[in-house]
Amino acid sequence: MGELRIQGLMAEVAGRQILNGVDLVVKSGEVHAVMGPNGAGKSTLSHVLMGKPGYTVTGGSVTIDGVDLLSLPTYERAKAGLFLAMQYPVEVPGVSLEELLTEALSAQGRDASVVHATVAGEAERIGLATRLLDRPVNVDLSGGEKKRNETMQLAVLRPKFAILDELDSGLDVDALRACSRRVEAATTEFDLGVLAITHYSRLLEELKPDVVHVLAQGRIVAAGGPELADELERTGYAEWVEEETPATAVADPFADPFADPFA
Amino acid sequence: MSSPQWLVDRRSAAVQTDQFAMPSSEEEVWRYSRVADVDLNQWAIVSDRSEGVPAEASALLESLGHLSGAVVVRNGAVVASRLDEALSAKGVYVGSLVDGPDAQNSLGVVADGGPDVFGRLNDANFLDGVLVHVPAGVTVEAPIAIIDWIDIDGSAVYPRLVVRVGADADVRVLDWHGSADVAAFVSPLVELDVDRAGRLSYGNVQLRGPRVWQIASQVSRVLNDGTLTASHAGLGCDYGRMRTDCELLGRGATGNLSAVYFGTGSQTLDFRTFQHHAAPDTNSNLLFKGAVGGQSRSIYTGLIRVEKDARGTNAFQTNRNLKLSDTAWAESVPNLEIETNDVKCSHASTVGPVDEEQVFYLESRGVPTEIAERLIVAGFFDEVLEEFPVAAAVPLIAAAIDERLDAGVNS
Repeated sequence: MGELRIQGLMAEVAGRQILNGVDLVVKSGEVHAVMGPNGAGKSTLSHVLMGKPGYTVTGGSVTIDGVDLLSLPTYERAKAGLFLAMQYPVEVPGVSLEELLTEALSAQGRDASVVHATVAGEAERIGLATRLLDRPVNVDLSGGEKKRNETMQLAVLRPKFAILDELDSGLDVDALRACSRRVEAATTEFDLGVLAITHYSRLLEELKPDVVHVLAQGRIVAAGGPELADELERTGYAEWVEEETPATAVADPFADPFADPFA
Repeated sequence: MSSPQWLVDRRSAAVQTDQFAMPSSEEEVWRYSRVADVDLNQWAIVSDRSEGVPAEASALLESLGHLSGAVVVRNGAVVASRLDEALSAKGVYVGSLVDGPDAQNSLGVVADGGPDVFGRLNDANFLDGVLVHVPAGVTVEAPIAIIDWIDIDGSAVYPRLVVRVGADADVRVLDWHGSADVAAFVSPLVELDVDRAGRLSYGNVQLRGPRVWQIASQVSRVLNDGTLTASHAGLGCDYGRMRTDCELLGRGATGNLSAVYFGTGSQTLDFRTFQHHAAPDTNSNLLFKGAVGGQSRSIYTGLIRVEKDARGTNAFQTNRNLKLSDTAWAESVPNLEIETNDVKCSHASTVGPVDEEQVFYLESRGVPTEIAERLIVAGFFDEVLEEFPVAAAVPLIAAAIDERLDAGVNS
């Protein structure tokens, strides 16, 4: 039984603190949903876990089965068993899917000779047209095709834990169903642990969460069973969001009345 | 073999009538160039005719698969040529220029004197020259290859190539510029002549040794409804320059110009392009993609010129550069000069490092950083290489790019 353990994770972007101590433990085979309002730090969490440049970790730890991820470069995190399905999969002109997966598996000392057959099988399973497999990675794919492609790569690479960063954004209902079903199946097929970051509960119709967490202002503020997702869908996140005060309403006693308004 | 009288006269005229003053890098078209370091007295013009086909040239021809015809040029002298008999029977010619059909009119047909002093030097000093002639209406199925090989140390060589494609004729030509590891000065002049509705696809691979200086000119003219596709791979040389002048002279003419280039070490690769629209409804599409590593430098300057009566013109110019090390340098200067309203024109140029987001994406799948960057750089050139006129040359170009990536380019 594996474990993705996030403890007191703090991170900043461009000098601004976004994550204020995130605590979360995902075990193999479990599905955890992280829901939250815009600006809660959902995408930051996924990027920090995978080691995207531009983010600075200022505290806490992240481990997979005791291996410290934060000291590893991104590709070593992948080797340690982490996968990130991106909200906006990047187009990589000139690099084919097969090249990408072959290099990924070889670098991990795994058998890459099966890539072609595995990709073909997984593509069929998730409903990704064969003709799209020869295209450079993500180039000219629709939103739905990109998300199917992300999920297919997940299935080929068989990581221990997958972060799904808004897998449910920018795709149609059919693609959403295909993707969430595939991930759900992976939780039993290869005991995949899932951290599904989402704004809406629709992802969770096919992908059954064991735990739903609410992320607000950079920390987990509530957790519950699947029913919490439904409740959030109805009530929204108002409870956890600070009242937005219009900036102009706060009088700055030191404000210069002659200051350039465009400065 | 002695030159015919017309050629002797032409050469001496070139010598007498022209000034051979070196251009200055103050001139826009020579800005950032290394022309100031060219000392012609340092090099000996080859006048003895080399003989025999170098082993490297034979190996190259072998690796290109089926060819309709081939010419091997060694230090400016044609040392071998062949052509399928069926094509000879149709009037196709591939070989030494002076022995070719209508030789006197073919030489200089597009670039009489060339666009600069190096063109005039070529006029005065080229040894044999090569002519590829495809008569009207003839389609040449398999490509024709020219291997231009230099292996005399300290030499100055002036290769000359004239390709004439008749009305509604169709041919693909590979012009391979290679050399042994010698120090040499090479100044090729290439003339590409496409008659009405003719189609010429010309691929030029510049893979000379690292001590060669090359200043090349490629001048083309395309008549009504003709299509020229000219692709270049600029990989070799200490200093490798190519000037491209594409003249779209007939209504409906098309010029597709593309290049890949890859500088490493202390190389300078220098490209100047001119897309000249002189007739209505003409199309030009230019895509030059380069990478610079080590302390290498690249220069791209391009001009689209659309004349007053060239209404209905479509002209595009794109130059993209990857900067692979902090010490490498790439300059990109696109320009437009348009004298009519009824045109679609655009130009774009970028210089930047390998896209961080792309690297992160590949890394997130478990691809190590170095391999990720390599895949992206190799993939960056795909767009051009996929369209390279002679497909059999593409693996050779890709291998040369891989070799450069293997050698390390980040510092």
